[in-house]
Amino acid sequence: MKHRIVAAALALGLAFPAMASAQDKILNVSYDISRELFQQINPAFAKAWKEQTGRDVSVDQSHAGSSKQARAILEGLPADVVTFNQVTDIDVLANGGLVDKTWREAFPNNASPYYSLPSFLVRKGNPKAIKDWDDLVRADVKVIFPNPKTSGNARYTYLAAYAYALEKYGHDDAKAQDFVKKLFANVPVFETGGRAATTTFAEKDIGDVLVTFEAETGGISALYADKGFERVTPSISVLAEFPVAVVSENAKKAKSEEVSKAYLNFLYAPEGQRILARNYYRVNDPAVKAEFADRFPEVKLVTVEDEFGGWDKLNKTHFAEGGILDKLFANQ
Amino acid sequence: MSTTGTSAPGALAPRPRRGVERALIGLALVLTAGFVLVPLLYIFARAFGAGWGAFAHNVLDPGTLHAIGLTALVAVIVVPVNMAFGIAAAWAIARFRFPGRKALLTLIEIPFSISPIIAGICYLLLYGRNGLVGPWLMALDLKVLFALPGIVLVTLFVTAPFVMREVLPLMQAQGSEQEEAAVTLGASGWQIFRRVTLPNIRWALLYGAVLCGARAVGEFGAVSVVSGMIRGQTMTLPLQIELLFNDLNIVGAFAAAAVLTLLALVVLVLKAAMEARRR
Repeated sequence: MKHRIVAAALALGLAFPAMASAQDKILNVSYDISRELFQQINPAFAKAWKEQTGRDVSVDQSHAGSSKQARAILEGLPADVVTFNQVTDIDVLANGGLVDKTWREAFPNNASPYYSLPSFLVRKGNPKAIKDWDDLVRADVKVIFPNPKTSGNARYTYLAAYAYALEKYGHDDAKAQDFVKKLFANVPVFETGGRAATTTFAEKDIGDVLVTFEAETGGISALYADKGFERVTPSISVLAEFPVAVVSENAKKAKSEEVSKAYLNFLYAPEGQRILARNYYRVNDPAVKAEFADRFPEVKLVTVEDEFGGWDKLNKTHFAEGGILDKLFANQ
Repeated sequence: MSTTGTSAPGALAPRPRRGVERALIGLALVLTAGFVLVPLLYIFARAFGAGWGAFAHNVLDPGTLHAIGLTALVAVIVVPVNMAFGIAAAWAIARFRFPGRKALLTLIEIPFSISPIIAGICYLLLYGRNGLVGPWLMALDLKVLFALPGIVLVTLFVTAPFVMREVLPLMQAQGSEQEEAAVTLGASGWQIFRRVTLPNIRWALLYGAVLCGARAVGEFGAVSVVSGMIRGQTMTLPLQIELLFNDLNIVGAFAAAAVLTLLALVVLVLKAAMEARRR
């Protein structure tokens, strides 16, 4: 009897994929805070796919930290496409043979259909008059962002502040590091992830300014409309790409290559770009860009490639054990 | 897990002064309220803070509803398997003398002392695409990881000792005289088990099953590793709570947490009732 229950349950679990194969079905494995975004993208894509091919499609979603997701895919999580927030996590899949080595050329803009940048959110009326990065190192300003050792979001903040200081002090590394050190000293509490930092700022009312992705600042100010948070865009920031790829080995096996590709291309289509812009992600489609211009103030963006010599070099010099970040972060 | 609440207090200890007694009782009450009661009440306050309608709306969200169903399904599979395993293991250890008996006991208890995340990672590496049996499973197109079987397996791992741990001491204390008597009276093996062994251990067995069920429903770490977090497919209730919380859906997270807490409270009441029966 007990065995029969187990057998039935196992059969049920195994039968899941078989039952659903009557229609197109893909699994999009994504980073942990993109739920709302893909809740809007997926139905729009399903509609477009139906119009285009006459077939139904259902898109399943999995969300967690993108490094954890990469690990799970390496171990067999049957992702057809990945939509990540770290280039290095797709490189991991490429090195594992699951994604083509040339994935960055498979889609426009280095396979990044949208992008964002570290930006500021300040309290109602901007009482501390925070305009740019050098306001964040003032003695009277408390800054909130998560721990750069554990959060990809905070690493971008670290890089943006570093890039600002490099520009300001004529590319003097020692001065730039001093600047970042002062910034760290102004952070009263380092949370482990971006969302926890948001909670600290918005719910616990700690700090004068929250530094996080611009896409987050938009969402948070809408969610906490009663608190009247204001978005502030600094003069310089660093380009944060949101890379996508078809997990070709899985897609080949599931015969979902066509719909997977169409799904990612939809992110570049005007309709997909409009949904992205509505969620405060910056996009490249000229018409959509013009339509949402008031949301996205001008900012000078540096790239990891140009300013820091690419992710490989950056990881070795800045983020590795005993690297520059460790040195600057040591006293925290 | 016996409590000292019912034994005569202070029978052997020197009589403490009333002031000390009161201070201690007060301290215990304050600490219990501060560490246990207030956080617990806060969960419900936050869950129902936006009204019954919002609570119902959040619990009836398809994702949360599915998570509740999946969690229940996992418990329904895990508890009976664990009961069968627990009885068999306790029987073997209590009734037979064989080399490696102590080692077997220690082995079964390993999940008590090992962090669940390690269990999850072990299964991931064993059944994963690059693991020992993973490639073979993939060739047969059998899904274990990132599907129900994987979640059930890790939950079985972390709950393995519960039933055995409750049943074994009782079996050892009761000895095998009654069973031996049944054998001399000509009972078959199955008859002995049903008529003699099972009635003797039934409360311990149920108690172990309740503990096992509570653990199965609440398991987070191990399941988080092997679940794959596919919405509406492999999200158990604890995973769903974390996800809602990370999504800044505080009311949803607390509503789901309230459901899980209610489940735990029901289990607690069952456990108290059984403890009373065992005395």
